[in-house]
Amino acid sequence: MYTDLERRPSFALAGTLIAVFLASGCWSSDSNAGSSESAAEDLGSVLTLTGAGATFPFPIYSRWFSIYSSTHPVRVNYQSVGSGGGIRQMIARTVDFGATDAPLTPEDLAQMPGTLSIPTVIGAVVLTYNLPEVTGTLRLDGPTIAAIFLGEVTSWRDPRIVALNPGVSLPERAILPIHRSDGSGTTYVFTDYLSAVSPDWTTRVGRGNAVQFPSGLGARGNEGVTGQVEQSPGGIGYVEQVYARQNNLPAAAVRNAIGEFVEPTIDAMTRAAEGLTERIPDNNDFRLSIVNAPSQGSYPIASWTYLLVSPQFAECRTAEALIDLIRWSLLEGEADATALGYTPIAMEIRVRELESLRVVTCGPDHRPVLDSGQLFNPPNR
Amino acid sequence: MRPTPDSAGALDLSGRSRRGLLSLFPSRTRGNLADQVYAVLVRSMGIVLPLLFGFIVLRIGVAAWPAIRSFGPAFVTSTDWNPVAREFGALPFIYGTVVSSFLALAIAVPLAVGLAIFLTELAPRWLAAPVAFATELLAAIPSVVYGLWGIFVLVPFLRSAVQEPLAATLGGAIPFFAGPAYGFSMMSGAVILSIMIVPFISAVTREVLTAVPRDQREAALALGATRWEMTWQVAIPYALPGILGGAILGLGRALGETVAITMVIGNRPDIARSILAPGYTMASVLANEFSEATGDLYLSALMEVALLLFGITILVNVIAQLLVWRVSLRGGR
Repeated sequence: MYTDLERRPSFALAGTLIAVFLASGCWSSDSNAGSSESAAEDLGSVLTLTGAGATFPFPIYSRWFSIYSSTHPVRVNYQSVGSGGGIRQMIARTVDFGATDAPLTPEDLAQMPGTLSIPTVIGAVVLTYNLPEVTGTLRLDGPTIAAIFLGEVTSWRDPRIVALNPGVSLPERAILPIHRSDGSGTTYVFTDYLSAVSPDWTTRVGRGNAVQFPSGLGARGNEGVTGQVEQSPGGIGYVEQVYARQNNLPAAAVRNAIGEFVEPTIDAMTRAAEGLTERIPDNNDFRLSIVNAPSQGSYPIASWTYLLVSPQFAECRTAEALIDLIRWSLLEGEADATALGYTPIAMEIRVRELESLRVVTCGPDHRPVLDSGQLFNPPNR
Repeated sequence: MRPTPDSAGALDLSGRSRRGLLSLFPSRTRGNLADQVYAVLVRSMGIVLPLLFGFIVLRIGVAAWPAIRSFGPAFVTSTDWNPVAREFGALPFIYGTVVSSFLALAIAVPLAVGLAIFLTELAPRWLAAPVAFATELLAAIPSVVYGLWGIFVLVPFLRSAVQEPLAATLGGAIPFFAGPAYGFSMMSGAVILSIMIVPFISAVTREVLTAVPRDQREAALALGATRWEMTWQVAIPYALPGILGGAILGLGRALGETVAITMVIGNRPDIARSILAPGYTMASVLANEFSEATGDLYLSALMEVALLLFGITILVNVIAQLLVWRVSLRGGR
């Protein structure tokens, strides 16, 4: 027989935990409210949107979301757990939106039919190298990069590299290719590009967030790849372009689809997404590969990063807030994106993305979230 | 004096006198309130932890089941890990985990035991305390800091001072040391692990050496033993089970270490004979690939790696416990 005397300790323990929990909860909501006035005014009606996914766009998302929160009664909790985690949480419906670097696969889409992929910014991958003897910018083309990472071109004096770099005296060093060991959207973009330019790569390796690299070393994260390249003379690795720019890493110029050698500048990456408007199908499926774009001056190893939005929400309030957040980010967030080193998507495509959100419905009666009269106009500058 | 059953606490008696789970919760007929509260609390915790253990194994097992079913035993013997083709084999990771951990142990044990002997037997007190403190501080460094230090300091040093000379001299004759020396290798991984586990082994060894009874030492010295003989023939044998226990503690940590070794081992799922070649560990592949793994089979394969890591850790610990048990029996303590 148990009496309440024996249960008391667990009550006491639970009571303590609840007290601690409440205390910390109060403390954190106080501190958040203090950071924005409008949020403090409507503290009772602040809506929290939760999202999870890609790490590459995390800096710009957190900037967009915090600016948005300071003027709207919405708090956004974005967890950069990785694209795979974002997709899993979308399938499990534990988040209001997801984010992924690699486009959704048909299998993923089958598990959450109708999910919209909304491109936000352009990400690019640059090749960084450690050749103390070479002062200028190294030039490479797709098939040669594929051959290097397949382990077929093993010396910097290889005729294929020499032919691409006339007038540059390349050292007699072994090439040490360094890849990402952790699953990553960066690896996806890189292998997507190599698959597009090298049939050999397609059959032997393929594309994915994590692939079986036939040679070289694996390093964890952009910082790991950079560290290993810096520590290994003769090393070459691929890193995400924002990271490379922030750290002033040497970046190879890569030959694009029309034969130009292009360095990874913001302008060259914006051009990668030019001329895409015609390629977007009528059903507004934005899951396009933009690697090796045939437009002039475009850098070939580029990709969109996506937000994932469900086509039907249970709560209309959540759906309205999320769509307004996306509208604001795409229309008003360009300057912040550029400031952080991200490449914005062409405005006409962004407007088209917003139009595609008209299919989103909410509530038990599947009411369209967007008013049919609402137009999306680029901000006047 | 050993406590006899009769002299054990009243709570214990009341708890053991009844059968089954109920006996874990004593009735309130005896003892005061504080004792009752205490007993309920500690007993609950005693039940919660084994339950938690079982729950973790169960959950990982359930998540790993699709991979177990589709690959069978080939999962443990295959060397192919290709997420694109959905083919998964864990042997290179198992090999990397076991080899790097035992190499680390081989480096760390002599170092840690030597250090402990110096600190307890030889060092003057003004030196012993700060050195012991500094060693234990090594355990407080976060592993990501070890990893970064590994990339920027240890690996370049090992490559130019150890690995390149080794590959150039012994590499031709002994396949263990065959080049090329990339720096990022099984050897670098083992060295960084050994630095991380030294504080654990040396702390335990120091404790057990200090616990060797004074009269044992004095008896040895009185029989004309030198200090060296006293240490190696009296103190060390007496403390051996404890030293082995410390080594097990270190080994457990080495098997599960993730971030630091991931940053220096090279992350190539190969089984290379040379310790200068890159490798990969089970914990590393989990940390590397879990967050971006898409597709059920891929996730399930990673879960099976987790299950295997769990199994190997338990296996190694059981074997080590048996070893300690035998050694302490022979020691006649």
